[in-house]
Amino acid sequence: MANRRIVLCAGTGCVSSGSLEVRDALVRELTKRNIADQFEVVTSGCHGFCEQGPLVIVHPEDILYCRVQAGDIPELVEEYLIGGRIVERLLYRDPVTGKSVSDHMKIGFYAKQMRNVLRNCGVIDPENIQEYVARQGYAGLRKGLAMDRMAVIDEVKRSGLRGRGGAGFPTGLKWEFTFKAKGDKKYIVCNADEGDPGAFMDRSVLEGDPHAVVEGMLVAGYAIGADEGYVYVRAEYPLAIKRLRVAIDQAVQYGYLGRNILGSGFSFTLKIKEGAGAFVCGEETALLASIMGERGMPRPRPPFPANAGLWGKPTCLNNVETFANIPLIMRQGGDEYAKIGTPRSKGTKVFALTGKINNTGLAEVPMGITMREIIFDIGGGIKDGKAFKAVQIGGPSGGCIPESLLDTPVDYDSLIKAGAMMGSGGLVVLDENTCMVDLARFFMDFVQSESCGKCPPCRVGTKLMLETLERICAGEGTLGDIDWLVELGTKVKAFSLCGLGQTAPNPVLTAIRYFREEYEAHVRDKTCPAGACTALVDFVVVPEKCKGCTRCIKVCPVSAITGKVKEVHHIDPAVCIRCGACLETCRFDAIIRGKAAKVGEVAS
Amino acid sequence: MSEERSFERTALDEILSHYEGQPGALIPVLQQAQDAYGYLPRPVIAAIAERLRLPAARIYGVATFYAQFHLKPRGRHIVRVCLGTACHVRGGERIAEQLAESLGVAVGGTTEDRLFTLEKVACLGACGLAPAMVVDGTTYGRLTPKAALNVIERYRREPAEVATQGGQAQDIGPSSQRGRSA
Repeated sequence: MANRRIVLCAGTGCVSSGSLEVRDALVRELTKRNIADQFEVVTSGCHGFCEQGPLVIVHPEDILYCRVQAGDIPELVEEYLIGGRIVERLLYRDPVTGKSVSDHMKIGFYAKQMRNVLRNCGVIDPENIQEYVARQGYAGLRKGLAMDRMAVIDEVKRSGLRGRGGAGFPTGLKWEFTFKAKGDKKYIVCNADEGDPGAFMDRSVLEGDPHAVVEGMLVAGYAIGADEGYVYVRAEYPLAIKRLRVAIDQAVQYGYLGRNILGSGFSFTLKIKEGAGAFVCGEETALLASIMGERGMPRPRPPFPANAGLWGKPTCLNNVETFANIPLIMRQGGDEYAKIGTPRSKGTKVFALTGKINNTGLAEVPMGITMREIIFDIGGGIKDGKAFKAVQIGGPSGGCIPESLLDTPVDYDSLIKAGAMMGSGGLVVLDENTCMVDLARFFMDFVQSESCGKCPPCRVGTKLMLETLERICAGEGTLGDIDWLVELGTKVKAFSLCGLGQTAPNPVLTAIRYFREEYEAHVRDKTCPAGACTALVDFVVVPEKCKGCTRCIKVCPVSAITGKVKEVHHIDPAVCIRCGACLETCRFDAIIRGKAAKVGEVAS
Repeated sequence: MSEERSFERTALDEILSHYEGQPGALIPVLQQAQDAYGYLPRPVIAAIAERLRLPAARIYGVATFYAQFHLKPRGRHIVRVCLGTACHVRGGERIAEQLAESLGVAVGGTTEDRLFTLEKVACLGACGLAPAMVVDGTTYGRLTPKAALNVIERYRREPAEVATQGGQAQDIGPSSQRGRSA
């Protein structure tokens, strides 16, 4: 009988870092030493700590080993599993103190989290329904089925749960509308079209705990009186689709899905629809059009999907994370759930932490925590000791939050006040080397190409905004351009048909609100303070660092670099095409982005 | 891969028989047809239109709306460079530029020998590994332009063998040093 359990993370991040090879090597090594029966080797869904993958956790002592490669396995088995001596070099090292940490709940990244929705992620084998059931899985459904439909809806209303997809509409209210809507047939739809660049929490929940989403949808189906559901999931998430498919098959096998579920008389079927690559399909009416086989274009509301959704029938549409909260609410009750959070934002929120931050990954925190705690305590601060500049929240629909607002509590309403929005929960941390104009241009480029083209304010407005931003990045902007962007952005927000256009100007507007001087530097001084806009920077040689090795001279495609062996080289800004090949190839960090005239003043 | 004029119908017929009569079948049919043929050739679209009783114009409308569908043949290996936010701030564009230059195609194009198609994708959700790319479904993370080129070279040399291996970018580029946190 196995008395120790070894969990290997097999989320997308860890798999691409080689966790499956690590598992194979581990099983081989244990078999070779004839001790395979003492260990249970399990692959789990995403732990959230993707930066440090592949992750290996050994229970019951709960030791976390990071960035484990197949080659490390013999040592890990010999030293730790058999010898009981901790393999120091594979432990997590705190980026601030430099100390190694073995107990994974003591690592800053995990210590400040409140893992309710993610409680199974990285703990259970997501392809084994028994492990889900063993941790109170489907207990919420069982409880719900014994209740009156309206009582279930009341429970959700009392919990204060608001939609985790971005807008934050009260979930219980949405259920009530759909419940009360007249119709012989109703649908439940799960929005798993996580399209915000920089967000991956829905992917991780589907990969790590797919049954929680299935259970949430079942409760919703029972409450509103639907017998059919769809999960609309991005085709870019093949592993999530696979795990969800396995979960649905197993749920059918165990009688949680299908006819007369748990003897209650309630029947429900669940289908997966793969998205075909259109960001606008995250918008509910566009998503429904896509399920029906049409171009994914939004339509004006009302009628809302609660009254006329899929094939004209009442349809309740919620996001992955919203559904994943439901089993918890059913198990502990709405009042208990509502104890966490702020007065108007209850429960926890999962954020995807990325960008220039030490601990990239997935973090679940109680509503009301400050952004500073998320970035510095959980995220471990800024990479390479650089200075924090801003955090972009909510992707292309959200906005940036500067240093001065880091202590505002994170909830739906405070973020709107700051000009940003919760969005789906992507947090991209920016440092001194990120240019706010360039980032706004990047988001505008994205939404402009994803605009479906149905309404002119979005179709034409985003194009005009993009062109203006491109001009500014190229050093051809004027001071009037900044006010023009504000005016245009305000109108695009006011007049666009759907959420895509209504939120598209947010990154630009917040960047101008908090970093206007950076815009002015681009148009007035023709410089990019962050050194990111290539048209506005020169590549320059730092004389003290240049060893005169001629490597850069050899790679320069336009012969802009001159100099002799062992003498300081020089880049001619008039010839240079700013391709960056020299910077890439220099072994001494002797080439930096700066202004040719001011060599030495610019920090590398 | 079938030529336009003489495409092999069995695969399409199977797909169509499975979905015929189901509501909202068009997108899954197009997805599976593309899986079978690599792209959506004209005769395939014509056959779908006939069987599902839809105007071909509507099918083109749907096929050109979604980024996933392709009306032109694609390469044997699909290289998709992520240009999501996290990859953008960590240098994804340079990876795309470097690959475009070395493959001699623009982003969205296919090499003349039809070995590679280079595409960009808005986000792979592998932000923790930024900058990242996917080749035929295998994710490669923590890339540098050079590491990305090395991955491509491996596919060029031994396409069959690489396809069965995991996506460990770490052991093939300068990013290979075990970068324990600084």
